[in-house]
Amino acid sequence: MRAIGIILAGGNNHRMKLLTQKRAVCAMPIAGSYRGIDFALSNMTNSHINKVAVFTQYNAGSLNEHLSSSKWWDFGRKQGGLFVFTPAVTADSNAWYRGTADAIAQNLYFLKNSHEPYVIISSGDCVYKMDYNKVLEYHIAKKADITVVCKEMPPEANMERYGTVKMNEESRIEEFEEKPVVAKSNTISCGIYVVRRRQLIEMIEKCAEDERYDFVKDILIRYKDMKRIFGYKIKDYWSNIATVDDYFRTNMDFLNPEIRDYFFKQYPDIYSRVDDNPPAKYNVGAKIKNSLIASGCIVNATVEDSVIFKKTYIGNNCYIKNSIILNDVYIGDNTHIENCIVESRGTIRANSYYKGEGKIEIVVEHNDRYVI
Amino acid sequence: MVKKEMIAMLLAGGQGSRLGVLTSKVAKPAVAFGSKYRIIDFPLSNCINSGVDTVGVLTQYQPLRLNTHIGIGIPWDLDRNIGGVTVLPPYEKSVNSEWYTGTANAIYQNIAYMESYHPEYVLILSGDHIYKMDYGVMLDFHKQNNADVTIAVMPVPREEAKRFGIMITDENRRVTDFEEKPENPRSNLASMGIYIFSWDCLKRSLLANAQQSGLDFGKHIIPYCHGNGDGIYAYEFNGYWKDVGTLSSYWQANMELIDIVPEFNLYEEYWKIYTKCETLPPQYFSTDSVVERSIVGEGSEIYGQVYNSVIGCGVVIGKGTIIKDSIIMNSTQISSGCRIYKAIVAENVEIAENVKLGVGEEVSNDTAPHIYNNGIVTIGENSYIPENISIGKNSVVFGKTVAGDYDNGYLASGRTLIKAGDGQ
Repeated sequence: MRAIGIILAGGNNHRMKLLTQKRAVCAMPIAGSYRGIDFALSNMTNSHINKVAVFTQYNAGSLNEHLSSSKWWDFGRKQGGLFVFTPAVTADSNAWYRGTADAIAQNLYFLKNSHEPYVIISSGDCVYKMDYNKVLEYHIAKKADITVVCKEMPPEANMERYGTVKMNEESRIEEFEEKPVVAKSNTISCGIYVVRRRQLIEMIEKCAEDERYDFVKDILIRYKDMKRIFGYKIKDYWSNIATVDDYFRTNMDFLNPEIRDYFFKQYPDIYSRVDDNPPAKYNVGAKIKNSLIASGCIVNATVEDSVIFKKTYIGNNCYIKNSIILNDVYIGDNTHIENCIVESRGTIRANSYYKGEGKIEIVVEHNDRYVI
Repeated sequence: MVKKEMIAMLLAGGQGSRLGVLTSKVAKPAVAFGSKYRIIDFPLSNCINSGVDTVGVLTQYQPLRLNTHIGIGIPWDLDRNIGGVTVLPPYEKSVNSEWYTGTANAIYQNIAYMESYHPEYVLILSGDHIYKMDYGVMLDFHKQNNADVTIAVMPVPREEAKRFGIMITDENRRVTDFEEKPENPRSNLASMGIYIFSWDCLKRSLLANAQQSGLDFGKHIIPYCHGNGDGIYAYEFNGYWKDVGTLSSYWQANMELIDIVPEFNLYEEYWKIYTKCETLPPQYFSTDSVVERSIVGEGSEIYGQVYNSVIGCGVVIGKGTIIKDSIIMNSTQISSGCRIYKAIVAENVEIAENVKLGVGEEVSNDTAPHIYNNGIVTIGENSYIPENISIGKNSVVFGKTVAGDYDNGYLASGRTLIKAGDGQ
């Protein structure tokens, strides 16, 4: 195999507000049956990358639970496998990961002990499908030191939270700006990189010596003129879920038949941990319009333009509209929920009313269950 | 040394011919049940939930689907370093090679497999019932009685008792006599075909009867043990237990799952039923869809109307189509404008536009009325039904049919249409 994989899954993002109090962004449930990191992990396994490291740090409980067995992504093997690196106190270091480069630096032996010539780095909070081998071919053909996967964003997109790049006609990256206030380009970095393993080790070691810790700022931007850094543009679906609005929109995108077909029906598949839920059940009074319903749900009422995650119970005479209900929520009778994201394992009392006015409201309710 | 207190032997080799075309190409235990499951998932899940982690699955008839489903046992956590699930097909021997000629003969041919685990007890199961049962409790009962054989029984109504093997017991639950399908039953305790044997008793009985042709537990081994004076006890089970051996009992058991609070509840948190799940995505319902009193599996897309039905995984139901009282298995595609009433549509069937199933008079089936009855239409797996075809009640279609196979676009009630090459 030509490459090993690294998935950066440590980050928190204040833009997720209440939603990441419970879990890392990468562990956010997506499209009814998946979690954020499933997309990067499935892309790795579908690209025949057998050895993958996941760096976790912030609130990794849910994420670790999700990764408790690597067999769902076919990483339960003797050759390679899935390696989860959480910060640890060692003889050399007792620091948290001070940045993405530091996370790699603190576990450099993973890179040093591998023999594969290339490394694919991806962030774990993006929803996309990609054959990394194509990027790798491009990387080799361009004789690049680093290849950055890029996407052109529509002009109305908010660029403030992305890194923007400017390429010359050869696709070599000339400018790289992290989270620009006024963007000079509408091409953004997707947080997916290809780099030669020895090159990466060298740059990370140099970074650590200088007490610099961030992959984008201290490697990509710093080496922009010294190294051959190329952009690889994609046109396929790619979405980062690290704000409430983007998270909401990404889930709603799956109500679009083309996007559903692209992710659910076309080769290759996205894999996730199997939960062994029973089939979803629709009783008298169920009325489902333009919605996705995951396994294990029991529905007794109206659901419109919504995504309902696993094991949700929706009582009689409820009305759920334009909302996302995360895993294992109990919704009592006569409840109205509109423009909301309901946090997982919540219990909503009967006769409740929630409506996001002009924005998406996050509902966190932990009443006692099965008490009326 | 490898040692397991109790191992299970699961008999999954039977055809189940009363399920008609549903078992033409698959063994009965591999037939889909309750949307996403297959019949064998129930005993396999019971095993792991009861702490039995070594299971030999005896296959013979059409094992491909069964083998693919079981794999190395991952869905049931039966992928173990020691033990786990092992598929045991009949095999060639230096002398006297034969198929499995009976239930006990199949077990006899695998004495070496069982012996390798040095078991104290062997649990014999069949792969064709729907139930949740803790075999650990049955084992406790077996040990308390110092039994040689324990047979799981359940009380059935007297008038139905004549369809079963009936156990007559004394006040200590010791079996004093038994009757196979008696005209006038002396007890209402029906054998469920689930046995726990103490290993030495099982081995001794199998070896002593090795020459018996068609060696069967109910017919030969139990009578032999009884004649021998071995302690045979009846363990009474009172939960839900369904034989799904006929098309109408299969249809009925599926329909029971959609009751508001079904007697057989799949939604309980403990005692989960596990299955190999090939499809993960959620289900989609379009703006025009209607779904009521139904269960639906992962990845299905519903654009039509579904009432009182059990829909599998990855099914597509087209716009304007109405489905009532039916079972639609995995990956079946139904186009728009269809009417499907009281039908069992097996896996991976394609139904073109404006097809009607289950319409017209109730006429009994022309070839196998004992299989196809109760007004149920049955469509075998991988079949194709071209557009604008109407199919009557108690009829059966199997194979890639074309318009010319039908009489003016119509298959009358009770007719059988099995395309050559795809037939049984």
